[in-house]
Amino acid sequence: MRSIGYVLVGVFFGIVLFKSEAASWFRIYEMFQFDSFHMYGIMGSALILGALFTQWVKKSGTKSFFGEKISIVPKEKGYVRYAIGGILFGLGWALAGACPGPMYVLVGAGYWPILIVLGSAVFGAFCYGLLRRKLPH
Amino acid sequence: MEAVYNPWPWYVSGPLIALTMAILILLGKRFGMSSNLETFCSMGGAGKFVDYFKVDTKPRRWNLMVVLGTVIGGFIGANVLSPQDQVAINKKSVETLKAFGFDSAGEAYLPTELFSAQSLSDPKIWIILLVGGFLVGFGARYAGGCTSGHAISGLSDLQIPSLIAVIGFFVGGLVMVHMVFPLIF
Repeated sequence: MRSIGYVLVGVFFGIVLFKSEAASWFRIYEMFQFDSFHMYGIMGSALILGALFTQWVKKSGTKSFFGEKISIVPKEKGYVRYAIGGILFGLGWALAGACPGPMYVLVGAGYWPILIVLGSAVFGAFCYGLLRRKLPH
Repeated sequence: MEAVYNPWPWYVSGPLIALTMAILILLGKRFGMSSNLETFCSMGGAGKFVDYFKVDTKPRRWNLMVVLGTVIGGFIGANVLSPQDQVAINKKSVETLKAFGFDSAGEAYLPTELFSAQSLSDPKIWIILLVGGFLVGFGARYAGGCTSGHAISGLSDLQIPSLIAVIGFFVGGLVMVHMVFPLIF
């Protein structure tokens, strides 16, 4: 039953990403050209409301729908992995015009060449796992 | 209904993305769309080559349900809720893209120069799609998260690592669009 709930959350998220045009290659290009407020407005408003919600959950000790304690795990400390990984991700985000969420949206929307991008992203994740010990973190 | 069929403005979309994150947190989970790339590796047998992928994928199955839903949501968004799907980007962006040979700028959801059956007859397009995807997958896992995990959830939790990652996302994106695009297009 819970699985259906997760699918529904995904359906909602997928519709939002498509209709907001955040899954459009053109919007990503326009964002990096600073030609529109659109993407900054999406991320900025999501972030402000998200921060209010997250701080509220942490301060109030709200329980999950299933009555469990909610733990928001902090990110591991470090700089190098976030800086280098972030830059590599940004290069790919602008080139492919899609981050992982929108890739799945575009599969559903029927833009089949995105499967090449997605397959390569899975391979990229595999290569990270392969080289992880040798990379600075 | 008009408002639903038209593109959704940022002040509707952004709060709905925050709502998605809030629901996942209230379900006891977290909002992140790139860890599933590793789960796919594990399911595909990557654990045979790399111990890192030798994990029980059962606790991560919920995330794959979200992915499945996202695909369905993309189908509904494109086929049911969008009678027309041209993305009306700024005219300045349209002009710079047309100068690069992207004639579909302003007239399509994705550039047909990259994402159409015909475009795939050009090996250069394959390289662009493969390199772009690889960098997204490798970079997201190296950085421990993507736009959802760092830019939305991580920054919402005021995490310094996420701030570094997001600055990195923008450094990379700006370098690609302003320095690499003029070389490759």
